[in-house]
Amino acid sequence: MSEAIVSSEPPAPPAQTAILPLHELVDLKLVKLYFVTALTFLLISMLAGILMALQLIDHNPMRGIELFSPGRWRMLHTNAIAYGFLANGFLGALHWIVPRLTLNPVLDKRLSWVIYIAWQGVVLATAIGLLLGEAQGLEWGETPVWIDPIAQLGLLLLAVNFMPPIARMKGPIYVTLWYFMAMFVWTFLTYAMGNFVPEYFVTGTSAGAVGGLFIHDLVGLFVTPLGWGMMYYFVPIILKKPIWSHGLSLVGFWGLAFFYPLQGIHHFLYTPIPMFLQYGAIVSTIAVELVVTTVVVNFFGTIWGDGQAVKTNLPIRWFYTGMIFYFLTCLQCSFQVTLTFQKIIHFTDWVVGHAHMVMFGVFTVWIMGAMTYLFPRLLNRPWYSLKACEWHYWLSTVGIAVMAADLILLGLFQGWSWAALEPWDASVEISHPFWVIRVIAGLSMFGGLLAFIWNIYKTWTCVPEQPEAAAAGPSPTTA
Amino acid sequence: MFESKAGILWIAGIGFFALAFVSNAVVPALMYDDLPEQTVEELVNANLRFQFEDLARRYPDSFNSAYGEPPGGTAEDDAWWNETTATALREGHKIYVGEGCWHCHSQFVRPVSNEEQRWGPVAESWEYQNELNRPVMFGTRRVGPDLSREGGRRSNDWHAVHFFRPKTLSQDSPMPEYPWFFEGSPDQPNRRGLAIITYVQWLGSWQESYPWYEQYEPSFAPAQKSEVDRQESQP
Repeated sequence: MSEAIVSSEPPAPPAQTAILPLHELVDLKLVKLYFVTALTFLLISMLAGILMALQLIDHNPMRGIELFSPGRWRMLHTNAIAYGFLANGFLGALHWIVPRLTLNPVLDKRLSWVIYIAWQGVVLATAIGLLLGEAQGLEWGETPVWIDPIAQLGLLLLAVNFMPPIARMKGPIYVTLWYFMAMFVWTFLTYAMGNFVPEYFVTGTSAGAVGGLFIHDLVGLFVTPLGWGMMYYFVPIILKKPIWSHGLSLVGFWGLAFFYPLQGIHHFLYTPIPMFLQYGAIVSTIAVELVVTTVVVNFFGTIWGDGQAVKTNLPIRWFYTGMIFYFLTCLQCSFQVTLTFQKIIHFTDWVVGHAHMVMFGVFTVWIMGAMTYLFPRLLNRPWYSLKACEWHYWLSTVGIAVMAADLILLGLFQGWSWAALEPWDASVEISHPFWVIRVIAGLSMFGGLLAFIWNIYKTWTCVPEQPEAAAAGPSPTTA
Repeated sequence: MFESKAGILWIAGIGFFALAFVSNAVVPALMYDDLPEQTVEELVNANLRFQFEDLARRYPDSFNSAYGEPPGGTAEDDAWWNETTATALREGHKIYVGEGCWHCHSQFVRPVSNEEQRWGPVAESWEYQNELNRPVMFGTRRVGPDLSREGGRRSNDWHAVHFFRPKTLSQDSPMPEYPWFFEGSPDQPNRRGLAIITYVQWLGSWQESYPWYEQYEPSFAPAQKSEVDRQESQP
């Protein structure tokens, strides 16, 4: 038990105990660059989403232009989010967290830069390939086939760079590192499985099973462990208290690791994939919702007694908002995975609403929280405008809440319309008002991003640089 | 074990992933191992040949500039048509994937939600056991209709006009326009236009029920209502 107690302590403030001075431990320039790149791709991705949304309500300003075809930009939208925004945002956070938590620098800082450049090459090549109509027919993996091996190599190098600082630590490791360590292995395996197996080795229904597993694992074994790893790191540090229950942390990690990968087939229920496999996926999906509940309970147990922090501390507010969305998404998932719900909601906008709630409501929100916390520390300047920070928060979160509710409700109407054998046009007609609301919600989220980018720009250029300790002081990031 | 590096690496990282891969991917792959995978050449059937030759008749200039003229001699002629149809089908599939058609159109009919009546026979595994389902084109969202039984339902002309400007034929359609499949007007499809129409006409062409038409009872609700009215009006 003594081990458990030791590792349930929050990570010690590294500045006091660091063997290496901070600037040698963390490559601040690289973290900044990752974040700026991530935000650039988010901007592009959201523009792509808006283009597609405008197409649906018949107000596409780029009609009939091949390079602006909404079908191609739809793929750009999802790929720029996954590989351009989420991956870069998380990589930036990894470069901050791992060296500080392990007190060891990454294997080689030059390698970090090689990975950065290679990864941007992969993302840009993907974007260009998609716009030229070279997509691969795999959801979330539309990356043209000739880029896949390069991306695979990038993921390998990433693990090579980040595993040594973790490996050099002695004794049991902290929760965050459980998630990160497993993630390096999972992401590499998931990418290989998804991009090569259904393209070269299996076909048809079996390829569908692998494809389902791929989209699922990409969220569950790449994005989710990075997100929770980040939460286990930042929340105790900001709140200055340990995670409520170390036992629940263990349940959360091992439950996720066991149940999450078993669910891929739930993306293709009622397909010709054998029914017993579909049932297996459904049962393990419902099981993982229980695990998720333990994780969420653990974090709310942690903040218990410090609830004021949600009001006064912006990063904490972002993080806990994301957790509420996470709980809602997972709750929704345990309903939608049942065959009863599937009859109605499969193929409808319900699923689109669900996907946005996860990708934006949870993971984007978490990255935004981390950036709100880290930018003052990276730039050694307090935020230029706290008001802009608030606008960023409210426009983003209200926007995503409206969008998710709107699309989820619409999904039900579409599904019922189809099941009632109404003419196809009827389902398009009823969608129209909901699609208009979706554009407005999307513009709100986009407005939030613009406020954030403006604020970063102003902070960088208009606020004088301050000594390290002072910068974090008057910012909203301290309770 | 639960907090050690080795435990996380081997059990969670590799072990659980492998377990899921075996149960969720290897099992179905082995189950369908006996179904032969068809090549594109094997997928060309009489229904598709008919539609493809129809394209050549309707748009002779476009067709000849895209694929050239068929050679003389019956046997050569037949082989040429099969080969050219396969080429167009393969290109059409590439366009279908590249344009992201599959993000708004599904290709599988489920056994629930009255789909059998709207779209036709429920999807079966063997239908997807071919080169054009690498990766499988099940689809994920139905902004537009399911296409897995679309072949033969509508004429090549209809598709040409529809790809050029969907609203001409379907007033409220949110489908984008694809003028780059044409040389300026719907009666001049280019190589890409001919290919994508070929692909769409292929979908479901292997079915016995081909071509499939939606089974609509002509508005049964008003008829029943009038029956109720009639009974109620009787003393």
